[in-house]
Amino acid sequence: MANLTFKDFKSDQEVRWCPGCGDHAVLAALQRALPKVSQALGYEKERYVVVSGIGCSSRLPYYMDTYGFHSIHGRATAISTGIKVANPTLTVWQACGDGDALAIGGNHFIHAIRRNIDINIILFNNQIYGLTKGQYSPTSKFGAITKTSPYGTVEHPFTPGSLVLGAKGTFFARSLDTELKLNEEIMTQAALHDGTSVMEMLTNCVIFNDGTHKDITDPAVKADRTIVLRHGEKMIFGKNHDKGLILDGMKLKVVTIGEDGVTEDDILVHDAHSDYIGIHMMLADMKYPDYPVALGVIRDVKDVTYDDGVRDQVKDVMMKSKIHSVDDLLHSGSTWEVK
Amino acid sequence: MQHKVIDTKDVVIRFAGDSGDGMQLTGSLFADMSAIYGNGLSTFPDYPAEIRAPHGTVSGVSGFQVHIGSGDINTPGDFCDLLVAMNPAALKANAKWCKPTAMILVDEDAFDQAGMTKAGFQTENPFTELHVEDRALIVAPITTLTEESLKDSGMDAKAIHKCKNMFTLGMACYIYSRPLEYIYQYLERKFSKKHPEVIEPNKKVLNDGFNYAANIQAIPNTYTIEPAPQKKGTYRNITGNQATAWGLLAASEKSHLPLFCGSYPITPATAILEELAIHKSLGAKTLQAEDEIAGICTAIGASYAGNLAVTTTSGPGLSLKSEALGLAVMAELPLVVVDVQRGGPSTGLPTKTEQTDLGQALYGRNGECPVAIVAAHSPANCFDAAFNSAKIALEHMTPVLLLTEGFLGNGSEPWLIPSMSEYPEIKPPFATGVLAEGEKFKPFERDAETFVRQWAVPGMKGFEHRVGGLEKNHAGVLSTDPANHALMVAEREAKVQKIADFIPELKVDGPESGKLLVVGWGGTYGHLLSAVNTIREAGKEISFAHFDYIKPMPKNTAEVLSKFEKVIVCELNSGQFVNYLRGEFPKVDFKQYNKVQGQPFLVQELVDAITKEM
Repeated sequence: MANLTFKDFKSDQEVRWCPGCGDHAVLAALQRALPKVSQALGYEKERYVVVSGIGCSSRLPYYMDTYGFHSIHGRATAISTGIKVANPTLTVWQACGDGDALAIGGNHFIHAIRRNIDINIILFNNQIYGLTKGQYSPTSKFGAITKTSPYGTVEHPFTPGSLVLGAKGTFFARSLDTELKLNEEIMTQAALHDGTSVMEMLTNCVIFNDGTHKDITDPAVKADRTIVLRHGEKMIFGKNHDKGLILDGMKLKVVTIGEDGVTEDDILVHDAHSDYIGIHMMLADMKYPDYPVALGVIRDVKDVTYDDGVRDQVKDVMMKSKIHSVDDLLHSGSTWEVK
Repeated sequence: MQHKVIDTKDVVIRFAGDSGDGMQLTGSLFADMSAIYGNGLSTFPDYPAEIRAPHGTVSGVSGFQVHIGSGDINTPGDFCDLLVAMNPAALKANAKWCKPTAMILVDEDAFDQAGMTKAGFQTENPFTELHVEDRALIVAPITTLTEESLKDSGMDAKAIHKCKNMFTLGMACYIYSRPLEYIYQYLERKFSKKHPEVIEPNKKVLNDGFNYAANIQAIPNTYTIEPAPQKKGTYRNITGNQATAWGLLAASEKSHLPLFCGSYPITPATAILEELAIHKSLGAKTLQAEDEIAGICTAIGASYAGNLAVTTTSGPGLSLKSEALGLAVMAELPLVVVDVQRGGPSTGLPTKTEQTDLGQALYGRNGECPVAIVAAHSPANCFDAAFNSAKIALEHMTPVLLLTEGFLGNGSEPWLIPSMSEYPEIKPPFATGVLAEGEKFKPFERDAETFVRQWAVPGMKGFEHRVGGLEKNHAGVLSTDPANHALMVAEREAKVQKIADFIPELKVDGPESGKLLVVGWGGTYGHLLSAVNTIREAGKEISFAHFDYIKPMPKNTAEVLSKFEKVIVCELNSGQFVNYLRGEFPKVDFKQYNKVQGQPFLVQELVDAITKEM
C-alpha cells in the first residue's frame, strides 16, 4: 500500500471559502487525519467517499481528492447511509452545517444516529446560515440578531450533543475549528469507531457571525472556559491546570484543586466508553458561563451497526433459503401445469 | 323451477362485506382456484382506506371482483353476475354493479334492523329500495348456518363467525361448479404449522356451504366455465406489486449488481417493499427509510456506490422525492423510481386507482429535468416493465420512472412463468481502461452515439471524482458558463431521447391505417382491448395502439399516428397523455375520453365513447 500523505487528499480545485473562515482549518485537519487512518487500517484512497449537503461547509468534497458527492440540502446523511449499506467496505465521511444537518436534514440526522450506521459526520456549527448570507440557524443563540431576526430570535437553539446522545449516539466529539491537533486526533478516533460518529466543529463565520464562539475561543480565556476530555484522564482544565469537575449530588460541579479541601483525587476521570449515557449527556450539555465547554471525544461506545446488521441478515437468509435464483423464485409457492 | 347447468363463456363475481369479513381472502381463493382449474381470469380488489372502518357502514365495505372465463380475460369485468353481500351496507354499496341478470346472495342474519339502519336504508325492503328486486335473490341465513355447522367444533363464537366467508365461498363454488380440493390444500398449507385445529372446521363449513347451496331450491341455475385454451407451461397467479418486485430482482440477477431498495411505506405501493424484504436470499437489501426523501436519497447513495438502486412510492411520495430525483438526473446515476399511482391530489383516494401522475412524472421537477418514463399495462406485465426500467436505467445512466397503478399493483392474473434464459444480460457502462499518469477521469464525458456517461464506482482506483447537484462540465468541474449549461441541458435530454433506439416500436392492433386509432397507456390496456374487440364483434373495423414507453416514445410513433384521420386517447385523468401527444404531434387530430373517479374504465363506456367517434 502506498504511503498516503495529506497531499494525496488535496484536490486540484481552488478552495473558495472566505479568507479566515473556520472551514479551512477543518479541511486541513481531515486531510492530515486520513493518511493516518489509512496507515492504521490499511485503507487505500479509493475507499473514501466524502458526502455533503448544501451550505458553505458542504463544498468540502470538491477540495478532497477522493470520491465525492455534493448532494442537496439536508440529505447528505441519507445519501451517506445508502452508500454505506450498498457497499460496507467503503469509508464514508460527511460534511454538513448546522442548518443542513439540524434544520432541513434533522430527520435523516437523528435516524442515522438511531440506526448507528457506520459513517463519520463532521458537523460544522457556525450558528448561522452563511451561504444564504446571514439568517439564524437552529443553533443560533436565543435572541440572536440576524437578517431574519432583526429584533432577535424567540426560539431555543439545539445543543447538537444533546440531540446526538438523545438519539443514543455511540460517538460524539466536539472541537474548535482552530484546534488542528485535537481535530486530527478526534477524526482518527471517529474513523476507528464502528457506528455513526458525530464530530461537532465550532466554526467561525467571519462574514455573518464573526466571533460567535469567542466567549470560549478567545486565547485569553480559552483554557479556563473549555475542557479537553480524553478517555481515562482526569477532567482537569484551566490555565493553571487547577480546575476540575466533580459530581455534586446529581450535577457536575466546577472545583479548584487546593481549595475547600479538594485534591486531584476528587476529580472525575473521563470514561468515554461508559455505557451510562447520563454522564456523557451532562458533559455534552455544559455551557459557558456555568461550566467549561467540553471538547474532545465525549462518548465512544461499541454497539451493533446497521450496515453490519443488513449484511449479516442477507448472508443468514441466503444460507437458509431454498431460493437462490430468480428462476427458483418464479417457481416458488403455488404454481400449476398446463399440458 | 327447472334447474339447469349452463355452460358459459365468462362470469364476474363480486364478493363484498365489512372490511373485516375476509372478502379479499375469499375473492383471492376463488381466483386462485379458478386459475388452477385453467380459466382465464382477472381480479380487482376495491377496499376502503381504513383498516377497520366503522362496522356495518357503507364506507367500511370491502370488495373483491373476480372475472373468470374460458377464453382470455383482460379486465375484472364491468358488472357482476353474482354479488355476494355479507351485510346491508355491502348490498347498498354494490347493488349498482349488478347486471340485470345477476344473482344476489346475502346473509339474511345480517339484515336485521340494526344492520339496515347502519347502512342507511329508509324502508324495510333493501332490494326494492335499491331497485334490484327483480334479480335472482338468494337470501340465506349464513351466520346461523355457520354457527350450526361448527357448534361441535369447540371454537368460540368469534372464531365461528370468522368462518362465514368459507360458508359463502362454498356456496359460490356450487354455483360455478368449482372443485373444493384446491381450497382444502390451501387451508392445510396455511394452517398446518400454527393452527392445525382450524383446518377441519374450515373444511367442514366450506363443504356445508356447498351442500346447502345444492339442497335449497333458491338457486335458479348453476354454471360451468370450461378451462381456457392455454399455452403449455407452468403458471402462477401474480399481483402487479409482486411482479414489480420480482422484475427488479430479475434485473439484479441479469446485471450482476446487488439490488438496493430504499422506501417508505405508502398505499398502494408498500407491497413491493414488503416483497423485496422477503427475498434477501437473492442479495436484495431493503431499507425502510425515515421518510420518502430518505427513501430516494439512500437509493441515490446506493446507486453511486454501484448497486441497482430502487425506490418505490405512490403519488404523494413522488412529490416528496422530486428534488432528489432532480439530483439523480444531474448526477446522471441509474435509479428506478416506481410510482404505483392512486387517486389524487394530496392524500386523495389512497386505495383507488388513477393515471393522474403522468404530468408529475414528465414535468414535476425544477429546471429542465428529463427522466425516462415506462408504464406497465397489466399485473403480470409489471415484471417486464420493472425489468426493462432497470435495464434502461443501468445502461443509459438515467433515472427511470416506472408508472404502475393501484389497479395493477393489487390486481392479479395468471402468468405463464418465463425462464430467465429468455431475458437479456444488462450491461452498465462501467468505466474501463487505465488512465494515463496525471490523467483525471472525466465523469460527464459521453458516448458519441448514446450520450451515456461512464460509471466509475467508489473503490475503483484512480477514478476518484465528484458528482452533485451543481452544473458541471464534461470533466466534472463546476461551471456556470452559459454555453456549457446550454450544452449539458441539451445532452441530458438527448440522452433520454436516444433510449428510443433501444425500445420496441409501437404496435398497431388492427389495420395500420384508417379512420380512427384508439390509443391508451398503462393499466387501461385490458379494458381498451376488450372494448376494441367488442366493437369488432359488432362487425366494425378499428385499430388500437397502446404505449408502454412514455418517454421517450417509440421511434415510429409519428408514423403510426399519421396514418389515421383521428386518434382517440383514453386515460384515467383529464387528458395528461393526450396533451403531451398534442405537444409532440401538433398535426394529429386528437380526441379524448377521460375518467377521474378513482375507478377503472368500464368496457361499455369505452365502447360507447369510441363508437361515437367512428
